[in-house]
Amino acid sequence: MSLLAGSRTSRRVLSWKPAVRRGHGRCKNLSTVSPTPRNPDASSPFRMAIVGSGPAGFYTASRVLSKLPQAKIDMYEALPVPFGLVRHGVAPDHPEVKNCQDRFDEIASSPNFTFVGNVTVGDSSQPGRHCTVELQSLMRHYDSILLAYGAAEDKKLGIFGESTLTGIYSAREFVGWYNGLPDCTNLHPDLTRGEDAVIIGQGNVALDVARMLLEDIDTLRKTDITEHALSRLAESRVKRVHIVGRRGPMQVSNLPLYDFIEPFLPLRQALNVTYQAAFTIKEARELMKLPDVAFHPVNRTLIPQDLKSLPRASKRLMEVLLKGTPDADPLETSKSWSLDSCLSPKHFLARSDSPDSVASTEFDVTALADPFDPKSRVEKTGEAIILPSDIVLRSVGYKSVPLPGFVEAGIQFDERRGIVCNDGFGRVTRLVSDSDASSSARQQVPGLYCAGWLKRGPTGVIASTMQDAFTTGDAITQDWLAGASFLGSHEGSSRAHGWEGVKEELGLDQARRVVTWDQWKMIDTVERSRGEAQGKEREKFTNVADMLAVLD
Amino acid sequence: MASSRSVTKCLPRLFSTICRQSRHLPSHARAPSNLLRPSSLCSLPSRSISRLQASSPYTRSFTTTAQRQHGHIKPPKPGEEFVYLLNIFGNLLYVTFIDKDGQDYKFAVSEGDNLLDIAQANDLEMEGACGGSCACSTCHVIVTEDDYYDKIPEPEDDENDMLDLAFGLTETSRLGCQVVMKKELDGLVVRLPSMTRNLQASDFQ
Repeated sequence: MSLLAGSRTSRRVLSWKPAVRRGHGRCKNLSTVSPTPRNPDASSPFRMAIVGSGPAGFYTASRVLSKLPQAKIDMYEALPVPFGLVRHGVAPDHPEVKNCQDRFDEIASSPNFTFVGNVTVGDSSQPGRHCTVELQSLMRHYDSILLAYGAAEDKKLGIFGESTLTGIYSAREFVGWYNGLPDCTNLHPDLTRGEDAVIIGQGNVALDVARMLLEDIDTLRKTDITEHALSRLAESRVKRVHIVGRRGPMQVSNLPLYDFIEPFLPLRQALNVTYQAAFTIKEARELMKLPDVAFHPVNRTLIPQDLKSLPRASKRLMEVLLKGTPDADPLETSKSWSLDSCLSPKHFLARSDSPDSVASTEFDVTALADPFDPKSRVEKTGEAIILPSDIVLRSVGYKSVPLPGFVEAGIQFDERRGIVCNDGFGRVTRLVSDSDASSSARQQVPGLYCAGWLKRGPTGVIASTMQDAFTTGDAITQDWLAGASFLGSHEGSSRAHGWEGVKEELGLDQARRVVTWDQWKMIDTVERSRGEAQGKEREKFTNVADMLAVLD
Repeated sequence: MASSRSVTKCLPRLFSTICRQSRHLPSHARAPSNLLRPSSLCSLPSRSISRLQASSPYTRSFTTTAQRQHGHIKPPKPGEEFVYLLNIFGNLLYVTFIDKDGQDYKFAVSEGDNLLDIAQANDLEMEGACGGSCACSTCHVIVTEDDYYDKIPEPEDDENDMLDLAFGLTETSRLGCQVVMKKELDGLVVRLPSMTRNLQASDFQ
């Protein structure tokens, strides 16, 4: 298979146009030598390090491996376990969404793929519990680095009480907590404070969190939700969930997810347009179908009377919202939820008997210039309302953070949008100016690429990340075959040694703590058998020490 | 047992015969599309696939990613090869995929196979991220003829919910994992949506 198929592939690969990229009139190439095309079958393979093991990393790896069969890819992951948000983000009651792990497993079993788990890319002078590799070290040992480590923090509201009162949680941490993300194991949200929960934000994460709070506990028992979350949710007193947004249903609905991927991304970047993330119809419908949970009707004035003229997706979502839960009346069911529109959080108020606990949230009432226009402007009306809030979940978006070493590597991080500056195709770029400051230009940083949420911001479902990762994968192979400048290329004939080279620099003691793919499979097996004992898919380990203990 | 083994050995040769014969098909069948490849071929050892590939100049090149065993397409059970072969020649259904470059691929498939499994077994570019459980939109296909679209059972809510997220949605869009081949769909032609990935950054500047 290998010989025959290899030559076929190379023929196919060469039949694309390996011409130097067009379309970067303003993008200078650092190399002064005119590029000579590379041979995909060359004896020294293309070596790439991927930082992060979520869908963006895996799907980019799959595209690169399919086009450059000789490529050698090493994937660095800070945890001993792979899959990023597929493991720690996707809701436990959505096991079908996690089926993409089978595909990732297939990619990882390629002989040209190495998983380097339990290794953080960052500042190695900071003493940590595990192995740390510096970005500069990766740059010495690879032709290319793909940054695909996603968004590990979240956006804040920046209002009074947010960081001082207890009972206010980040939805991202709440998701990490019920999904067994080691950093969030100790969140211990108190769900017994009262009956009213307020979720600020109306994205899919908000709807996932609402579902966890409202869903029948026995349904959750069969999922891979962590045991500590199950026991807390079983004690939960929450009965009324408000999902609050600044705008109306027509604005949260259906800005198609593909707005967030190319080819529109460069356009969006050019026009500086930012959209709010929105929930999708599947999540809304699931909430409507929860047994014995009622939906408080939406504000009808914010939805057009005649749905027929709406685009298909918008129309279908509005139908779901208008239909609501005809068989469940909020006055009769024990649990209920609502989508509260046109409210912007102003500040949190403390309880009179316990000044450090949140009691309620005050919102500015907003008005939409045109309630039916998906991009309508929103303005404060001057009125305010207060919603009782025994527990608050802030769900206004995830945020990526730069890695230590970005500045030295010439990588610019857009703090406002929380992304690595790139050309929309995944090539890392930086804005530079001539010495006389007469003009500025966007310049490609050779060998560096990004994919996923780090590239386009924290929005979209796995399908959009996949498409976006394929775009980055295409850009990488196109550049490599066109003979563009990469990390190793300016150092003459010295060859990149990949993980072997990095390992040597690390020393035996550190390298011993690395978790391989086979070792992850051991952890996986133990998790599955722990789950089997309880009649669930798996029981995850929720801290790194327990994961590593399996390997001793 | 002995007979079934010899049948297994014959299989690759038999298929290459099909391929050779296909060269004499009328010219309306253009180069890559005249390959009549039973999709269940993916269950054969990869060596025989290579031989088969080598025997026909018209075959499409394989990628070198590890052979993906999506295995939902029914492979013949040991000892059932004869029945299986009879089945193939008795109940062959044809489906054509047109990829985003406009290239068409015609496959002979069995009743009960779904379009996602057929596409993956034949290495077409269709991801099926959720493994065919109607939880993503990555196996979006566009049925080219209304008549065929009407013959497919109507999409359920969950399929429509996913289609709402699909790029390039049309009136005759479906999820490949939900379209199951049956006699009435013999001759079905579907197009894979183009993601217009070739646009350049400069087009937006």
